[in-house]
Amino acid sequence: MLSRVADTIYWMNRYLERAENYARFLDVNFNLSLEMPQDISAQWKPLVVTTGDWELYESLYEKIEKSTVIFFLGFDENNPNSIFNSLKNVRENARSVRPDITKEVWEQVNYLYHLVKEEKLKKRWQKKDPRGFFTEVKKGCQLLYGIFETTISRNDGWHFGRIGQLIERADKTSRVLDVKYHMLLPDAKAVGSPLDLIQWAALLKSVSAYDMYRKRFGKLTVQEIPEFLMLDKVFPRSMLRCLIHAERSLHTITGSPTGYLSDAERQLGLLKAQLEYADINEIFASGLHEYLDNFQAKLNDVSNAIFETFFSTDNIMNSHK
Amino acid sequence: MSKVDLSSYNTKGFFDEMMGSEGQIRPHYALLQERLKKMGWKKLNFLQQSTDRAQLSLGMTFNVYSDNQGIERILHLDIIPRIINGKDWDYIERGLKQRITALNLFLDDLYNDQKVLKDKIIPKELILSSSTYLKQCMGLKPPENVWSHITGTDIIRGGDGSFYVLEDNLRCPSGVSYMLENREILKRTFPELFEKLNVRPVLDYTHSLRDTLESLTNITPATIAVLTPGIYNSAYFEHAYLAQQMGAELVEGRDLVVKDDFVFMITTKGLQRVDVIYRRVDDDFIDPLAFRKDSMLGTPGLFNAYKKGNVILVNAPGTGVADDKAVYAYIPRIIKYYLGEDIILPNVETYICDEEKDLQYVLENIDQLVVKQTDASGGYGMLIGPKSTKEQQAEFIKKIKSSPRNYIAQPTINLSRVPTLSGEEIEGRHVDLRPYVLYGKEIKIIPGALTRVALEKGSLVVNSSQGGGSKDTWVLNDI
Repeated sequence: MLSRVADTIYWMNRYLERAENYARFLDVNFNLSLEMPQDISAQWKPLVVTTGDWELYESLYEKIEKSTVIFFLGFDENNPNSIFNSLKNVRENARSVRPDITKEVWEQVNYLYHLVKEEKLKKRWQKKDPRGFFTEVKKGCQLLYGIFETTISRNDGWHFGRIGQLIERADKTSRVLDVKYHMLLPDAKAVGSPLDLIQWAALLKSVSAYDMYRKRFGKLTVQEIPEFLMLDKVFPRSMLRCLIHAERSLHTITGSPTGYLSDAERQLGLLKAQLEYADINEIFASGLHEYLDNFQAKLNDVSNAIFETFFSTDNIMNSHK
Repeated sequence: MSKVDLSSYNTKGFFDEMMGSEGQIRPHYALLQERLKKMGWKKLNFLQQSTDRAQLSLGMTFNVYSDNQGIERILHLDIIPRIINGKDWDYIERGLKQRITALNLFLDDLYNDQKVLKDKIIPKELILSSSTYLKQCMGLKPPENVWSHITGTDIIRGGDGSFYVLEDNLRCPSGVSYMLENREILKRTFPELFEKLNVRPVLDYTHSLRDTLESLTNITPATIAVLTPGIYNSAYFEHAYLAQQMGAELVEGRDLVVKDDFVFMITTKGLQRVDVIYRRVDDDFIDPLAFRKDSMLGTPGLFNAYKKGNVILVNAPGTGVADDKAVYAYIPRIIKYYLGEDIILPNVETYICDEEKDLQYVLENIDQLVVKQTDASGGYGMLIGPKSTKEQQAEFIKKIKSSPRNYIAQPTINLSRVPTLSGEEIEGRHVDLRPYVLYGKEIKIIPGALTRVALEKGSLVVNSSQGGGSKDTWVLNDI
């Protein structure tokens, strides 16, 4: 597969996952804000911090307002990560690898892009209740995952796409956990009050983990929520589970069942093993925030290593005899 | 709901493809006309809107050059088809075969023995002064001696109902994806007509294209790539479409590398050799070492690999010299010279401004003529005399006088018209016809074409960049 195409498919999937995550975050936060006391800033700022877009937000806008945050994360062309820009990127990427995806994928990508474009023209963020839009984006993205699943051969392209999706997903789960956990922690002892329950439930819901968490642990506790989101072996959005599957795809691409032939495999394998053998109490003892911060940095290194190994034109040409 | 009504359909002064001058429906349009009359305007407009939506969802969009913002447009597809009967088509096909055969012999001669110049069939200076004549190609012998493997010839029909060739596109003709996708869409619009009419299929174009490309090499299986300038090119949709339909790789210049005069793709598993490249990048840009040094679209060393026969380029570089608008005027003589035959599909009468007598005529009759810049395309650099202002004419007179070699002129031809939907009305609009010809070991012409239509009332310019749309083109088997 062409290196440029593999690179493009990787990013196409990252952007798609990003768009879905942003839509879900916004949806959950909007719901939450309806039940919370009227401190707008406390409700909406953490969301922008979570996505890592806070610096940019501050540079563009003076005040924190619900509609401004929704605009910024949903539709702002100045925010490279907004849903609009993410889906625009998905589409541009899909366009440039059109022969490597199916007609069904392409049509759904187009549909999603035009959906956001139209809602942008209608200034949806100014409407009283934009949740219908978030739902449509989420469902549109999920439909696309399904179309990928059922129409694309499990070739290298599919695996590179999968790796992109899983790395993005692991990153977003770690960020949600990091920000929300530390906001809620001062009141940790009081989990159980209705207000706290709503907030902790919101954290889980923003990564679609609420139902499966309940099934696994039942009670909401400050130890078990991080454990579930980080170390659960079977929940599809836990950091560990994401890396297990990303590693499998990487091994499928290189054809080496275990160990490593490339730097990308080595780095991903190490990071996965670190989670696989981690003990949640040790993580707490050494600091959850530091742990998550470090995880995000290393995940970034993995992404760079994948680029250097498979996508970088210079490297490939130099290694050719 | 009011029904579609054709009683006020007006053909005055033009050749209409559907209706004769006495108002009689031509036989090959009879079924379509009946179908339309049974339909309400509302239904017809609904079908038109579904078509627009289908094009959007298929991503059949292009960017217009002048829009820096890259505003995406769809090429409007008018749902009323253009129909050609079998007899007319067979004639067109014979004409095209003759023309393409001669043009390829001409190209091969120009870049080798130049007999045509020595025998003074065409002025030497005219060829040697052409910016599209590539001296780097001298002495080359592409496989099968074919230079232009993929052609899209522009044909028009005049007021007298005769067909003429207006332009040869021997470089990177585009539009074939519209021929194919328009058909897919129209099959959904008028399924019952397809059942009753005997429309010749176009579906096998991409198979034939692949066969043509494979026939040029002995390597099996051959690795075939479509070379595109990238997603911002106005024909990108087509490049991606063809690559996908053929099962070829879609590559950009930066995806390729030349080592030891062989061409490779850069893949996740290392370098992989490429055997045939259907390149949709213009000659000037394919290789910065051989042609334009500032090209970012090409691959350094590509031309050398081609010269050594290590990769096949389709079309071959250098074909532009034969579709130069000034060379066009000589094509009847070129056909006679190489084939000993009279031209089957005639040219439009053409005045060559570089020839004294013609120049005088052009300057005196500029308000009656269509003036074209010889190295421009896409409807740019053109003056339509009868529709121009005095100032525009004066401007062109100045341009022609300063570089006569760069201009030709032709009488203004009233292109034939085809019924076209315009709100609650069906009116005649001017059209041309671009069939596609494949030439590997043999010539293959797909029974279909892109019909371009000037959507604006009265307009004669059908180019997509100038407000033109398209129509599906049905070639019938006469029963």
